[in-house]
Amino acid sequence: MPENISILIVDDEESVRDSLYNWFIEDGYIVESAANAKEALLKVESRNFDIILADIKMPGMDGLEMHRRIKALNNNSIVIVMTAFSSVDTAVQALKDGAYDYITKPFDPDDLSHLIRNASKQIKLSVENEVLKNKISTLENIDDIIGRSDAMVKVLNEVESVSNSNSSVIITGESGTGKELIARAIHFNSPRKYFPLVSVHCGALSESLLESELFGHDKGAFTGAMFNRKGRFEMADGGTIFLDEIATISSKMQVELLRVLETKSFMRVGGNKEIKSDFRVICATNRELLKMVESGTFREDLYYRLNVVNIIIPPIRERVDDIPLLVDHFIKKYCDAMGRDLVMIETSALNRLKNFEFPGNVRELENLIERAIVIGNGKEIRLRDLPIEKSINYSSVESLDELEHKHIQDILEKYNWNITYAAKALNVNRVTLYNKIKKYNLKRTKKQ
Amino acid sequence: MDEQKIFLITNGIFEQECLKEIAKDITREFNFPVSIYEGSLDLREFYDEVRRQYDGNRLLKEIEKMDFPDAIKKIGLFRNDIYIPILTFIFGQAIYKGNSGIASLYRLRNEQYGMKPDESKLLDRFKKVIIHELGHTFGLKHCYVPTCVMRSGTYVEHLDQKNHTLCKTCRSLVDR
Repeated sequence: MPENISILIVDDEESVRDSLYNWFIEDGYIVESAANAKEALLKVESRNFDIILADIKMPGMDGLEMHRRIKALNNNSIVIVMTAFSSVDTAVQALKDGAYDYITKPFDPDDLSHLIRNASKQIKLSVENEVLKNKISTLENIDDIIGRSDAMVKVLNEVESVSNSNSSVIITGESGTGKELIARAIHFNSPRKYFPLVSVHCGALSESLLESELFGHDKGAFTGAMFNRKGRFEMADGGTIFLDEIATISSKMQVELLRVLETKSFMRVGGNKEIKSDFRVICATNRELLKMVESGTFREDLYYRLNVVNIIIPPIRERVDDIPLLVDHFIKKYCDAMGRDLVMIETSALNRLKNFEFPGNVRELENLIERAIVIGNGKEIRLRDLPIEKSINYSSVESLDELEHKHIQDILEKYNWNITYAAKALNVNRVTLYNKIKKYNLKRTKKQ
Repeated sequence: MDEQKIFLITNGIFEQECLKEIAKDITREFNFPVSIYEGSLDLREFYDEVRRQYDGNRLLKEIEKMDFPDAIKKIGLFRNDIYIPILTFIFGQAIYKGNSGIASLYRLRNEQYGMKPDESKLLDRFKKVIIHELGHTFGLKHCYVPTCVMRSGTYVEHLDQKNHTLCKTCRSLVDR
C-alpha cells in the first residue's frame, strides 16, 4: 500500500514519463518526473524521493552517472533502472553500483507492479527498523532511573562514562537496589544496544545447569540433551551478558569463566567445536567480592578480570531524599497500569516511608506502593495503607519528650485523628491524649 | 442545457444487448445516463507494425478530442490489442480526473490464455474494466478493498476476483 511513497520518474521520452506518471498516480503514489538527469538531480537535492525510476540511456548525463551522483548525495532512495533489451549489460553494471533492480522496456504490467510493491515494502521495513532503533534507544534512558541524591547522581555519571567502553563492570549493591536496571542502562546506552542483553541469574542454577546454560550443549551431551542448544555466551554475541549474583558460582565455574573472558571462545558441553563470541560482561553481586578474594572463596584473577569498573549502588536508606521521587514514580506507574486516577500520599505516610529502613530497598518500596494503591481508597495513600511498623530513626531523636511527641503524632495520623482509637492504641485514656496533644501542640498534618 | 451523460464510443462490432447491459451497470455505479455512439476511427492509423499492437496513448487522445456537448465522461471501447510505450499491453486507461478513457476486450478473452471461450465471463470482465477506467476519470485511485472494482489488476484472474461495483469508500468519493 503506497503510504506517502514518492516516486521520481526520469526519462527523456515524454510518452514514457506520462504513462508511468498516470500509472503511479492511479496507484496512489506521490509522483514527479524529470526529462533528464540534470533536472532529476536538482529535484533530488531539493527533496527526498523514496523510489527513483530512471532510464539508463538519456542524452547528456546517462542513468548510470546519475545513479552514482545520487548515491554521492548520501541519498537513501531506492533506484530502479529502466533499460531496453540491448543494454542489459549496462543495467547489470547499475546493479553492481548499488541500484535496487532493473526492468526492461516495455514492462509487463504485473512485473512493474511487483517491483514497485517490493521496493515499497523495503522502504516500509527500513522506516520500521529506524523507528524500532529509536524506541530501543529510549527504552532504557539513564534519565528514567529515579534519583537526584548525590549518591545516585554519582552512579548515573559512572553509568554514562562506562557505557561507551567495552570494559567489564561489577555492580555492587544490596538486594533490591536495582542492579539489573543499571546493567540495562549501561547496555542500552552502549554501541552494543542493537544486539542482545542476555541475563543469567547464576544463583538460581546448579553448577552443571549453569555450565550448560552459559556454554550451551550438543545433542547427547547428557541425559535429556535431545537437541543442540546455544548457550548464553553465544546468544550474547555482539551484545552484553549480565551475570547476576556472580559471587555464588563454584570454583570450577570461576575457572571456566576466566578462560572464556580471556579468550572470548568456548566449547559447548559435549561439543568439540570452538565457538567465538564477542560479548561484554557486566556482573552484579550483593556480597563484598574483595573479602571473598581475601578469604579464598573467589579467584583473585577472575576478580581483577571482572572488576575493571565497580559501580556501587547505595541502599535506599542512604538516599532518603530520593524516596519522594521514587514514591511519585511508583504511584504513576501503578495507577497507569491499573487504569486509575493518580492518587496522592499523606505527608504522614511519606514521612513514615522516609524513616523506614527498607531492608528490601527500592523493590520493597515499590511493593509497598503497589499494595497501598490496591487496598487504598483510590484517592490517597494513608498511613494505615502501609503495612510497616513505625521505625523511628533513633539517631535523630535526642530526648524522651521528642520520642513521645513523634510516637503520639504517628499514632494519631494512623487512626486519622480518631481520639478514641488512638488513645486505645496508646493505652491511655482520652483526656491524657488530649493533654499530650495540647502539650506538644500536635496538629493534623496537611495532605501532600 | 441537455442532461449530462456518459458516452460509450464503440470502435468495432459490439452486440447491442451487451452494450445495454454495460450501460445499465455504469448508470448504477455513477448515476448518469449512458449514451452509445458508434465511432468511426480508422484504427490503421494507430497500429504499430513493430509491436503489432495499437497505440493506447494516441487512441486516448483521439477520444478526448471528440466533442459531445452533453458528455460528462466518454470512453472508447475497442476489440484490439492496445499498448502504451512503457507496458507490454493494457486492458484500458483513462485520464485521471479527466473526462476520457479507453477499454479493450482483446486481452480479456479466455482464448488469449489458451482457455475455452466464455462470452459471459468476457462481458463481465469488460464491464469491470470500463467501470474501473471511468472511476479514474471521476478521480478514484486504485483501491485496496479486494472486491472493489477500483482494485488494480494486471491479470484477468485479478478481474475475476473483484466485483463490478465500487466499495463504500470509493462510492462516497464519487458521490462527494
